[in-house]
Order: sequence, then C-alpha cells, then structure tokens
Amino acid sequence: MSSLLSDELLSNIGRQTSPNRELVTRREIRKYAIATGNRQARYLRGDQAPPMFHVALFWDVVELDQLSPDGVSIDALLPKFPLEKAMAGGLHIEYLQPVYPGDWLTATRTLTDIYEKEGRSGPLIFYKVDMRIENDAGEAVILEETTRILR
Amino acid sequence: MMEQTQPGAARLESIRPGDALPDRELKPDNVQLFFYNAVLWNAHRIHFDAPYATEVEGYPGLVIAGPMIGDWLNQAVEEWLGEDGDLIAIEYSNRAASYIGETLVSGGSVTSVDHATGELVLEVFVKNEAGEIIAPGVARARWSTR
Repeated sequence: MSSLLSDELLSNIGRQTSPNRELVTRREIRKYAIATGNRQARYLRGDQAPPMFHVALFWDVVELDQLSPDGVSIDALLPKFPLEKAMAGGLHIEYLQPVYPGDWLTATRTLTDIYEKEGRSGPLIFYKVDMRIENDAGEAVILEETTRILR
Repeated sequence: MMEQTQPGAARLESIRPGDALPDRELKPDNVQLFFYNAVLWNAHRIHFDAPYATEVEGYPGLVIAGPMIGDWLNQAVEEWLGEDGDLIAIEYSNRAASYIGETLVSGGSVTSVDHATGELVLEVFVKNEAGEIIAPGVARARWSTR
C-alpha cells in the first residue's frame, strides 16, 4: 500500500485545465529561435516555429501578484503534494504537424498519473501531465507528456 | 518511395547505426538565459537573480533553464537532418543542473536506421564540462522525400 498518496490526492488524477488558445506570430518565433541559439534560417526568419516553441507559447502568462517570492507561479492543475522538492523531470514530445505564423493553437493539460516509488534516500512521488495541442480543425499538432519527480 | 537518384536518398543509404552527430559547443551567457526566460514569461529567480540563486537557494551560479537544454537536443537532431528529414518525436530528461559560465556540448549518434521506411532512432545528449551527460534523450526522425 502507498504510504504518501491519500485517496483524496489520487482523486486529482484526470484533472484538466481549461483550453488555452494562442496565436503563433512571426515575432514570437524569431525571439524564441534567437534566445535558444537556433542556427536554421527558416526559424530565425520566423517562417516556421522550431520544435519546442510550444513551451514558450503555452507558458502561463501570470500577473505579478500571482508570483511567489522565488518568482514561480502556482500551477493550478496540481494538488498540494506531501513532498515538495522537485527533482529531474522528463519530457516526451511528438511533433505531428508543422507550426507556422498565423496558426491558432489550443492547448489542454491533463494530470494523468500520480504514483510513488521508493528511492535510494526515501520515497519519491512521480506525476505526469499531458498537454494536447490542436489546431482549429481539432487535429492534434503536438502531444507532450511531462514526468516530474518530487522528493 | 524515394528514388535512388535523389541526394537525400543516397545519404540515407550511407547512414549506419553508430554514426555520430556533430558535436556543438554551447556557451550560454546571462543575456541568452534572460532572453529565453523572457520569451517564456518565466520569472523564476534562479535564472536571473544571482544573489538569490547563490545565497538563498545555494546554487553555485545562475541555473541554465532545463527546457532550453532540451531545445538543444532538438537542434542537434534537426541540424544533422538538414533538409533531408523531419524530427517526429523526442524524449529527454534533465538529469543534473548546470550553471552560467559552463561550456556544454550537444551531440549524439544513430541508434537504428530503416533504409526501407526512412525511419531513424537517434540517441542525443548534452554534456557538461566534466563530460557528464546532464540531459540524455532519444529522438525519432523520418527521412523525407523532398
């Protein structure tokens, strides 16, 4: 039996954010490409969005008073976990369609799993968040699964 | 299907498991890190507030953003593919932190190649100055018929 994960905590599995619809612009693509040191002309010109541009497009635009003293905003999708120190995380991304300036994309995030494992120096909590990004036709454009570890 | 006369097809034929992707040296400075977090709208102080990062959080310096390191894995694959193929999936993890002032190296190698379908699996990495892999990844790519 799990020692850290209460039924109440586990009941958050399946929780979903409301869809977030954003416009892809040439300017934002160019800024992202420059900031990441990209060397490919089509991205530096903003003709097409590079891989992982969606990370910037769908980062929460929070207001100043929503930030904690360390500058981080609370992720409303996540429950309060009994462990709080964040360790390495992992990402799995599928690129299904190219992204161009002028595209409207909609992202929906879902908390898909919470589980516990015994680590070398104590218990670890894992959680997974899926982000589905689709176009206005409802077709999947990018699928991302994030796994985070707390200790 | 691709025709043998296309340069991309000829290149695919020559690819073997174990082939190396070119290494790339990365020397992110605090201006680049600032730009990256600004374009995200990420105000996490460990990335721009040096006294906070060192004195409050106990880091040796400003922490390089994890997803920016992940982005370099994507770039390693795409630069190697050039116009010949598309990155279709990647998975990676941020195994250890790194700090402004460090020189990192991205690279990788071909794990498998299917010459009939044009499907490739690649192993990619970002290493720190000590040569430790701080971000390992696996990418899938597909040769295009362009």
